[in-house]
Order: sequence, then C-alpha cells, then structure tokens
Amino acid sequence: MNNQPTTWFKAAPISAFPENGGACVKYNDKQIAVFHFKQLDKWYATDNECPHKHQMALSRGMIGDQQGHPKVACPFHKKTFSLETGLNLQGEDYCINVYPVKIEDGFVFIGI
Amino acid sequence: MTQPLKVVVVGNGMVGYKFCEKLLTKVGGGLFSITVIGEEPRPAYDRVHLSAYFSGTSVEELTMAPASWYAEHGIQLLTGECVVKIDPAAHYVQTHTGLQIPYDKLVLATGSGAFVPPVPGVEKEGVFVYRTIEDLDAIIGYSKGATRAAVIGGGLLGLEAAKATLDLGLETHVVEFAPRLMPRQLDAAGAGMLKRKMEALGIQIHLNKNTSQFDGGAAVVGLSFADGTSLEVDMVVISAGIRPRDELAKQAAIAVGPRGGIVVNDQLQTSHPDIYAIGECALHQGMIYGLVAPGYEMAEVVANNLVQGPTVKEFKAFDMSTKLKLIGVDVASFGEPFCEQTPHDTIVVEDKLKGIYKRLNVTTDGKYLLGGILVGEAENYNMLLQTVKNRLVLPPNPEDLVLPARKGDGASAGAGVAALPDEASICSCENITKGAICQAIEEHNLPDVAAIKKCTKAGTGCGGCVPMLSDLLTETLKKQGKVVKKVLCEHFDYSRQEMYHLIQTSGTRTYDEVVAKFGKGCGCEVCKPAVASMLASIYNDVIAKQAVIQDTNDRFMANIQRGGTYSVVPRVPGGEITPEQLIALGTVAKKYDLYCKITGGQRVDLFGARVEQLPSIWEELLEVGFESGHAYGKSLRTVKSCVGSTWCRFGVQDAVGFAIRVENRYKGIRSPHKLKSAVSGCTRECAEAQSKDFGIIATDKGWNLYVCGNGGIKPQHALLLASDLDDETCLKYIDRFLMFYIKTAEPLQRTATWFNKLEGGMEYLRDVIINDSLGIAAELERELQYLVDTYHDEWRVAVETPEIRARFSHFVNVEEPDPTLEFVEMRGQKRPADW
Repeated sequence: MNNQPTTWFKAAPISAFPENGGACVKYNDKQIAVFHFKQLDKWYATDNECPHKHQMALSRGMIGDQQGHPKVACPFHKKTFSLETGLNLQGEDYCINVYPVKIEDGFVFIGI
Repeated sequence: MTQPLKVVVVGNGMVGYKFCEKLLTKVGGGLFSITVIGEEPRPAYDRVHLSAYFSGTSVEELTMAPASWYAEHGIQLLTGECVVKIDPAAHYVQTHTGLQIPYDKLVLATGSGAFVPPVPGVEKEGVFVYRTIEDLDAIIGYSKGATRAAVIGGGLLGLEAAKATLDLGLETHVVEFAPRLMPRQLDAAGAGMLKRKMEALGIQIHLNKNTSQFDGGAAVVGLSFADGTSLEVDMVVISAGIRPRDELAKQAAIAVGPRGGIVVNDQLQTSHPDIYAIGECALHQGMIYGLVAPGYEMAEVVANNLVQGPTVKEFKAFDMSTKLKLIGVDVASFGEPFCEQTPHDTIVVEDKLKGIYKRLNVTTDGKYLLGGILVGEAENYNMLLQTVKNRLVLPPNPEDLVLPARKGDGASAGAGVAALPDEASICSCENITKGAICQAIEEHNLPDVAAIKKCTKAGTGCGGCVPMLSDLLTETLKKQGKVVKKVLCEHFDYSRQEMYHLIQTSGTRTYDEVVAKFGKGCGCEVCKPAVASMLASIYNDVIAKQAVIQDTNDRFMANIQRGGTYSVVPRVPGGEITPEQLIALGTVAKKYDLYCKITGGQRVDLFGARVEQLPSIWEELLEVGFESGHAYGKSLRTVKSCVGSTWCRFGVQDAVGFAIRVENRYKGIRSPHKLKSAVSGCTRECAEAQSKDFGIIATDKGWNLYVCGNGGIKPQHALLLASDLDDETCLKYIDRFLMFYIKTAEPLQRTATWFNKLEGGMEYLRDVIINDSLGIAAELERELQYLVDTYHDEWRVAVETPEIRARFSHFVNVEEPDPTLEFVEMRGQKRPADW
C-alpha cells in the first residue's frame, strides 16, 4: 500500500457501486476505479487506466481472486492486476497505483 | 578485483539478441560487460514473422525485447549505430559516428542482406527488397499507387513476400528461376501441389524465368526475361536469396568464403580467435544457415564457451528441417527430403482434390525413416521429424503415418510422444529436450503449457512444438497418477459439461449461488463469463440482471473498441433491410457521429458510441423495429444469405426467406462461443455456408445441412450432416445439433474445435442427431424450444428498465463523458486516436 493518504476524497454513496464489480469515479483530472467484494465486505481502489495500452477501462473489468489474492482483469486484453499491490499478476512489466478506501456514513472515501 | 570481460556484439537481430539472453542466463551479468551495436533504428525484432506486420501485428509485438530489457540487464545497446571498422590488433571497433569501442571478445552477428542480382535496371523506383521493417514500410507506401506486383524468387522468403503483396491488395506474380517453387525444400511433385494451391489463391506463378532487365524509365514498369517474354508490373520485390554480411570481416582481413560468409571453426571462432561469428553471416563447413534455429544454437555455443572456456561445446552440422505455413498452406521438409545419395524407397500420398502431397523416404528394409516432404497438411511433422532424428523403428505399415486415419482406427498410427527418448529435441528453436521438459513439469509442478513456456523457454520461438508440449504435459501428469481433467479454473474442480449438469439439476440461477454451492473463492475472469453463459443457455434470464459476471461486451451489450468506446450492430435477419431502416441507421449514425462500416455478416456496424450514449442510441433503433444483433455475445451472430430463388436466375430455393426464419429462431441463444450461419440458394454457395458453424445449401429437393465449419485463425470447412431436408426436418436437426454442442463443449470452444475432439467424428454425430443413438433427441429439442419461447430483446429490456439503464455511465459521481476519448479524422469519418 502507498504512504499515508493526505486527503480522503468522498467519492459517492455505496449504492452507486455495483456489488462484486467495479465503477469509475472522477477526482479532479484523475480517474479512479473502485471495486467491491460483497461476500468479503472489502473495497479496493486503483487507477482506472490500464498501463498496457493506456485505456481507461479497469473499472469495467471483472474482479475475482487468484489463490485468494484479489485481482481485476482489464477488459481489453485480460491483463490482471493485484488489487492489493497493483502489480501485474502475469509477471509483465507494468503496474497500477492502488489507493486506500474507507466507508463512512454510507459513503465511499478514497485516500489520495 | 578482475575487470569484467568486455564483450561487444555487432548486429542486433534475432541471433544477436539471443546471444545476449543466453549469456545472461549463464552468468547473470557481472562477469561480462556487454555492448550491442545495431544499425537498425530499433531493438531486435522477429524477422521470421515479418509478414505478420502486413496483417496488423505491430512493431512492438514483433520486438524480441524492449530497449528497457537491455538496460535492466546492464547491456549497453546502441541502435542506429553502424560499425564501419574492426581493428583486430588493437581490439576495438569504430562506428560511423566515430565512436571507438574496445573489446576483449567480439561477436559478429551481422546477419545477411537480400541478394540483389546484378540485372540492368535494378536501381529503378518501385524495386524493393524484403528484409527489414523499413523495407516493409517502403513497400506499403509504394503499393498505394500500384496495382500489379512481381516477387522475384519462389523460395521460402519469396512466397512470404508474395503473401505480403497479396495482403496489400495487389495482383501478385511470383517469378522463379528454377523449374519449381521452393527448390531447396520440395521435389517436383510437392512443388507442383504448392503451385496449384498458390494459384488457387490468386497468385500467378512463372517458372523457368531468368530476369534479364527491369523495364521502364525512372520507375519500373515491367520485367523482361531471357526467353524473350515479359511481364508488366508496377512494383517488384526481390527475394532471391540472402547474402551474408561479411564486409566488415573482409575489410579487417578476417577469412571469408569464396562465395561470401565469415569462415568459422566448430567453436565458431573466425580466423582471429578473439572474434566469433554467429547466425547467417557465419560460414561453417561450407554452409550458410539461413534459418533461425541453427543461429540460436550458434549463440548457445559461443555463450557457453565464453563462460566455460573454449572447446567445451561445439557447433555441429545442423538439421535443416523446417515447417511453415505459407499463405495458409502447410509446407514441411525434414531429414533428407530428396535422398539423392542414399538408397531408399519412397511412400507417396497425393490427393489433388484436397491439395495434399506427402512423401516419406524410408530405408530399403522399411525399418527407418530418412526424411520427407509434406504439402497441404503437416500435422504429423513433429512426430515424423523425431522419428528421423531418434532413429525410431517404423511401425509395420509406415504408410499409416501419412494416410488419413481410417474408420475404425482407434489411436492414430505411429508412436506418440511417449515413445520418444529423453534426449529427443522437442523445441528445435531453443534446443530443449523431452527429458528437460518432463523434468521441469515434475520438479516445478507446472500446470499448463504457458507455465512450461515460462519455465523452460520451449515453444517461445516458432511455436511449432506447442502441441507436443501439451501432449508431454498430459503424458507426464498421467504418469504421476494425476487426473487430467479440464476444469473451468482454480475456483471450480469441474469441467464445463459437469458444471452444466450441476447447474441444471440443482436449479441454481445466479453466479453467487453457483460458486457458493460448487466452487470456492470469489471467482475470476475465466469462470464468471463461463458460468454466465451456462446460466443463459439453461434459463435464458435477462443477462443484464447479473452484469458484473459478464465479459465487458455482454456487460454493456456492445463491442468495446480501441479507446474504450463501443460499437453497435442491430440485427438484420438474413441481410434483408428496408430503405426506411437504412435511413434510420444513417440518421442515428449522423446524430451521434458514429463511424459506419458494413460487416462481413451483412449488417451495419456503428462505431464510436460512448457508454452513456448506448441506451439512447438503442431507444431510437428500437423505435424503427431493430433488435439487438448480439454481435457482442457468445451467441448467434448472423445468418448470412444469398438472394436465392426470389431474384437469382440460378436459385433453386428461397434462401433469404429461410435465413430469416433460421435467424429469428436461434437469435439470442447463448452458447460456449459465437455461432455463425448462412443459407445459400443453390450449389454455387454465394453465402459461404460451408465456412459456418451451421450452414444450409439449397438443392432442388430441399436443403443440405453442413455443420462445424469456421473461418478465423484455423479455417475449416463444415461437413455434410444430412441432405435434401425439408424446412421442418432441417430446423429439427439444427435444434438437436446446437443443444448437443451447447451442453457438451468446453468454454470458448467453437463448433469446429468441438467436433475435432469428438470421438467417433461425423459418424457419431450423425448417430446422435439423426438416429438418436443416445436417446436424448427429444430432450434436446425441448430445451432448445424453451430458449426460443423465452426470447426477449435484451436491449429493449435494458432501455425500459431504469436501474439497468442507469448503469450506462462512465463515472458514478459526475455526469460527464470520459474526457480522455480522442478521435482523428479518416476518409471523411472519425476513428480513435492510436494507442
């Protein structure tokens, strides 16, 4: 995980995000993908841009786990990334930024 | 502390790159400081698959390793830098910019250039060679103003070049000096078969032609031949052989052969012991090796000897066996293809109808295979090559090795991978043995071919041995007593067929229920869409109700395209469309500024729609009677038709009418993979029904039904299931066939692949579908009828259901489109900016 966040950005109410899927929020000029694992009650946030072909698409990818480790698959070429470390799970050379998430008063906050 | 040894590599082609890779794996850096100098502006790329550049493969994808790879491994890479001088006495090389680079050991991997025959006029505009990306760019550029191209040279490279000019849409001629194509690999009969195949693809072949002059003024307008004939063309690609790049060596007084090539000994040292030569520039025992595999072996020998000291490993004469796909035609030549000096008997199989020629040379006692030639089909190449290399004893009827499997035969003739000795080389590009691969599988518990590739590097070169890797994996796992079962993924220990049965009998209707009951974990991008497809095939619920388990195309019910916008394809059953509908399509396209393209399936594709525009676009399309075309789904796409007996003077049945009926019956049905179909109104087959998953061709008595064909990466013709059917029987058989496929195929398996794995082949399929040998026909029909009865237009449901409609937005916290979308103008329409 990154350093301590300096800002907690109030993104949207929980109901705006699909269960067991992702959605995208805008923060200034940034696009951040937010994912919700309902059964585990876990939230993750990453860059929305897939570094492979620089497409704003990760929020539209399918989520799941690899040996229990949470991941997202880019819908373009199925590159998979760890939602905890941001590393590419196929051993390729690119990674994404991950951001902390907290839930307060029914709202999703992202630490930037 | 000792200074690291300075190794300088001149040439950054495939072999130069491979040398670096091999040296690193042996020492991991440190002992050596490596400098690589390449004259091309970019790092080494895959020249073997160069023609893929014409069909859209990018330079990036062809690149062996990016510049960053060299940097990360401490290799100094100089591209666009040309070495102009070697000083063997002072141990340095000098580049065209004046840079002087000292070395302890110098490796020349300068490769080869195209051999350009000294024919008058060769310098004219429009005459090209076929060697580098720059050559290809120049060919592409010039081809825009050209219509007819000649390729000089009917060898391996020449035919590759011919494919390229054909892909560029040019009328293509191949001019060969010898009396046959590929004279070094094929005999007259094999070359004759290849010629017929090439001609059928529209390439004109001219043999026995000695080009005497390039005609024209500044630009080439034709070729004149020594026999007095000529050929009018407006561009020429010369691919008449290679010439080793030995000029640097020559200038440094290093020994070269009388016809070119840097002379090397078995350690690949040149006449100067600190200078090595590898790849196509090296002349070993009078032989220049113009293939990549021997080049890689040379790289291995030199890397090995630099680390462990000389004479440890020697380069031995290399097998020149080769298999390749030329313009879709398999061609292979292995062992001794001609056996000109060796006593032998030949076994020849020739099928002009199918365009297959196979020749085996066996010892006169019939015990051993010496070599052979395969044209048109080369599936057995790997096994045949191994049989030669390892001197395996032939089976009693060696002709079975090349004859198509006969009915009633169980396993295919000849021994499988199990019979090969451990020292058999499986991957000839990387020279990796069966023993090494099996050992890696056992020691590292490698679960699949991808893991074998990563761990051993086998299969990473030409890829020809990948099917054998898969067989070795199955074999090794079986030996370990492990059950080899195709499970969905790590979350489900069941095959798709088992899952289908479990879901159906348990009545589970959502992915969450299915994973809780039969699986583990949170699922993944493999099992989610697979289960989604099965749920849809069984229950036919609205897929948007479980949007997050669908692949992105099904989630947004449109096809994601470069840049992240989507394309929209309304259904046009049978390709029949009214003027009003055409106008409506145009109106919508104009309103939303969409790029328009007619698809191969007789429909109109509208590109460039933003995700939040999709519901309103569909609202307008629905109003004029369009429905979802399911272009985004693993489901029925289109039923293409020719115009049939209603208009065509040859037609014998109403192809359009029946295509519409077929399309409306099966639309919306989800299957393991996409389904394509077509109906032709007569035997001329203008709708190309034999390339479809199920295709229907009219006869004067009714319909012939073909199944399990496809185009795509491995085209395969559909096979005749039944003839002269009436409308109702035809639909009944299609019902049974589709449902049988849907219930038993693997995920993402097209009908052709499914059929190829079906034990018993067409005989068995006919028994199940027509004779009801399994007693399931009624059940299949009932299940399919349920899908027909529960059809719904999923876009109508989406547009009319507010909570589904609300999901079509790029951001959830602001109502704005994706600000990063970028388009450029192209031929009066828009397209996404390059990524």
